Amino acid sequence: MSEFLAQGGYAFFIWSAYGMAALLLVIEVVQLRTQYKAIVARVIRAARLRQQF
Amino acid sequence: MKPRQQRLIFIGLAIIGIGAASTLAITALNSNISYFFSPSQVLANEAPQDHVFRLGGLVTTGTLIRQPESLTVHFDVTDNAKTVKVVYTGILPDLFSEGKGVVTKGKLGADGVFYAEEVLAKHDEEYVPPEVASTLKTAHAEGVTHSNPPSPPAGANN
Amino acid sequence: MNFNWFKLASPPAFYTLAGRLIPILWGLTIILLVTGLYWGFFETVSQLGGNNPQKEYYRIIFIHVPSAWMSMWLYFVMVVWAAIGLIFNTRLSFMMANAIAPTGAIFTFLALWTGAFWGRPSWGTYWDWDPRLTSELVLFFMYIGYMALHSAIDDVRRADRASALLAIVGLVMVPVIFWSINCPDPNQCAALHQRSNLTKIDSDILFAMLTMTFAFWAYSFAATFIRLRTIILHRDADSVWVRELFTNGGR
Repeated sequence: MSEFLAQGGYAFFIWSAYGMAALLLVIEVVQLRTQYKAIVARVIRAARLRQQF
Repeated sequence: MKPRQQRLIFIGLAIIGIGAASTLAITALNSNISYFFSPSQVLANEAPQDHVFRLGGLVTTGTLIRQPESLTVHFDVTDNAKTVKVVYTGILPDLFSEGKGVVTKGKLGADGVFYAEEVLAKHDEEYVPPEVASTLKTAHAEGVTHSNPPSPPAGANN
Repeated sequence: MNFNWFKLASPPAFYTLAGRLIPILWGLTIILLVTGLYWGFFETVSQLGGNNPQKEYYRIIFIHVPSAWMSMWLYFVMVVWAAIGLIFNTRLSFMMANAIAPTGAIFTFLALWTGAFWGRPSWGTYWDWDPRLTSELVLFFMYIGYMALHSAIDDVRRADRASALLAIVGLVMVPVIFWSINCPDPNQCAALHQRSNLTKIDSDILFAMLTMTFAFWAYSFAATFIRLRTIILHRDADSVWVRELFTNGGR
């Protein structure tokens, strides 16, 4: 395991590259879900309000 | 933040983005300055004098001299037509080796020696495991993968 | 069976279709990512030989090349949708272009970032004004310019058209930059970044790299579809179909 993490001494370069990729893609997914949920909530609220009238 | 301020920022960003892209594009298209000069070009005085420029070529085999107890190295750069001597103080990149490509940035001294401030190693588009490379060279085999390399018979000269 | 493709050009139809495809795309992404990463780290040699004797850092190839390819592919697709929007005046096409841009920008950034961390141990530098690297940086500015211009214009329809024009102009510029400097004969042209040649790559390395490319491609579809659904809901929030869809507790 530690051999895998060390990557022959090039850990810094490899994990900086892979780390940023993982980070950005996770952030993108989280942000997408957040934005989607927000607009859905807004639309549901508006639909409910209309129903009351 | 007021909407108008936000809009201004976005417009600013757009202008910067477009401006930067255009500037780079126009510079690249109009540029008479080569990305690097070959030794032939340098010896033909095509490279700028008294100005930092890039010299590119192959490291001539057998010319790498490391000075003992210092990081200074000497080597020749050639394009198989002309050769320029280079001196550099610093750590050479991992892929730097004789017979391989190099791109070095620096100034040409009055003595005709290129004083490098940066040395970058080039590499080609080949990505092969070590055993395959020598197998390909000796056996001229095609499509040999590293999972089944032919085992050399005893006493074979590779 | 007659399938009316133009039905797909309506936001409600595409909203539903995209919603069904997204879980499948995520599944594909996960499978391909796991396969590609496993293969890249455990089924390949740790160091290379031949003319390019790179050490373990070469494994950055498994995310660098897929990112670079996606950055260029997504820009092309974005421009296609922008052009369709301009020609047919279909709202959904513009929305699609807008949905692609951020994902494209992210992959462009990743191509530059992973390239930098690969360049430092191999060439000896994080960055260089080499033609290929510079072209990729230009592409990044194109994406940013597209998104910023769209955000800057209040009227959504005008924003769509303006940024679509910008993207199309950008597409023309990119190959011009790329090929004016990366001329076909490497012996004639000066560059640091090598040209690519898939035939000179070991089959295990190539398999992992291609698997990761398809993984990023599936991911791009998933991310773009989610973003598109959000955009559709934003723009059509007051419309009848959205109201009806969510009145019955729909999604």
